[in-house]
Amino acid sequence: MREIKLTLPMTEEQVRLLKVGDMVLLSGVMFTGRDAVHKHLFEGKSIPVDISGSAIYHCGPVVVKAENGEWSVRAAGPTTSTREEPYQATVIEKYGIRAVIGKGGMGSKTLTACKDFGCVYLHAVGGAAQVLAETVKKVRGVSMLEEFGSPEAIWELEVVDFPALVTIDAHGNSLHAEIAASSEQRLAEVLGPKK
Amino acid sequence: MATNPKAPPKTPLPVPATHTKLFETLVELIRVTSTNLPPDVRQSVTTALEKEKTGTAGEYAMKVIQRNIDIACGVSQPLCQDTGSILFFVKTPVGYDQITFSEVCEAAVAKATELGYLRQNSVDSITGQNSGNNLGPGTPTIYFEQHRSEDLDVRLALKGGGCENVGAQYSLPDSRLGAGRDLEGVRKVVLDAVYQAQGKGCGPGILGVVIGGDRSTGFSYSKKLFLRLMEDTSSDERLAELEQRIMLEANSLGIGPMGFGGNTTVLGVKIAALNRLPASFFVSVSYMCWAFRRQGVKADSAGAIKEWLYT
Repeated sequence: MREIKLTLPMTEEQVRLLKVGDMVLLSGVMFTGRDAVHKHLFEGKSIPVDISGSAIYHCGPVVVKAENGEWSVRAAGPTTSTREEPYQATVIEKYGIRAVIGKGGMGSKTLTACKDFGCVYLHAVGGAAQVLAETVKKVRGVSMLEEFGSPEAIWELEVVDFPALVTIDAHGNSLHAEIAASSEQRLAEVLGPKK
Repeated sequence: MATNPKAPPKTPLPVPATHTKLFETLVELIRVTSTNLPPDVRQSVTTALEKEKTGTAGEYAMKVIQRNIDIACGVSQPLCQDTGSILFFVKTPVGYDQITFSEVCEAAVAKATELGYLRQNSVDSITGQNSGNNLGPGTPTIYFEQHRSEDLDVRLALKGGGCENVGAQYSLPDSRLGAGRDLEGVRKVVLDAVYQAQGKGCGPGILGVVIGGDRSTGFSYSKKLFLRLMEDTSSDERLAELEQRIMLEANSLGIGPMGFGGNTTVLGVKIAALNRLPASFFVSVSYMCWAFRRQGVKADSAGAIKEWLYT
């Protein structure tokens, strides 16, 4: 397994060098976005931040505001990505994002968009809210907070060495499809012939 | 058509002076459950890490998981931001006032939410409105029973939404899987549930399986099985054997931690049987994520902790 350090925003060339199974450590600025944000972007509505070249993170973080007005992230694990499957391909194409971060993998529409427009799906470890929160060094800002509420807002996070695994690359490969196929074959063996 | 009026937010009742100790105990039980995995689960995670090959994605996931468990406990913060369904399993002395217990329990849940040990996780299914304090119809869930003891036995499990979503209930016979109404059929459907879940339930998971019952008793009992220790086996030899076989076969599927591929797909399998109607044969499978948060206390009737149950 290769370990690759990357800085956001990324270029298409950088993204195309990544392969399924690569472990990446992301530094730079990423944006959270889950159900409400994806629907909003899919409908072609604008947002006040430029996310092109960066990563969108399927995450509803727990964020608290200190007395001095600074935000700090208390827990920041990934949420299930498949809910964004109807929207993700359009968001990749229209907003030029280079990475989608989440958990559980995504389907064929997203896989095709990753290949066509130069994007990768990065799988963070589900439930690892504290390990991932530790990599967030600063909250640079927040958009759509009033409109969508805290978990659904767009949080602009400055991270250092955020760990994730490439499970869908920009060449049409998906670890999720591979594991589904190999486990299906093994399942047929252990179940034996149908009576 | 008129829109549904928004339900007024449910606020907890004040805690009676006689129950302040119980209130404190319940808040502490929630804090510990949310932030600190019990030793038997930690041991299973360590064993799973050792079984993954060096340099693989499966090993990488298990290492992150283990580090996360340590950090959460150190900083006393929820180890997963989805603090899940709040499931209390309570045994009370005969004649104990369960109504007041429920009210104090709701107050403790609201307090623990305010303190950040629980996420705001209770959403009105019609309006989409979040109650903000985890109280509302059906939340939290409290299962009561009485026992012939002077003490309270209060156990809590927190079960995240990702793993709840991959639970499954089968009705045998199942022609798609060629599963008949026998233990062999049960084996087939449980393995199918593990295959269907892939990595979406935040594996490696723990399975609670109930054979029989009806659709509701099967599922609720399958959750109660999470109170069993990781290392124990069913007292029924036939079920103990099935638990072991399913564990081996599920792990042979190679789905691995988080669905990244690897040697450990499930950490444990717990099976029990309930009687059924002649016409029905349900198999209810609950999947618990690796973030298997469960703890319990034995307390005196005033609520003071006598001992922790998973140490």
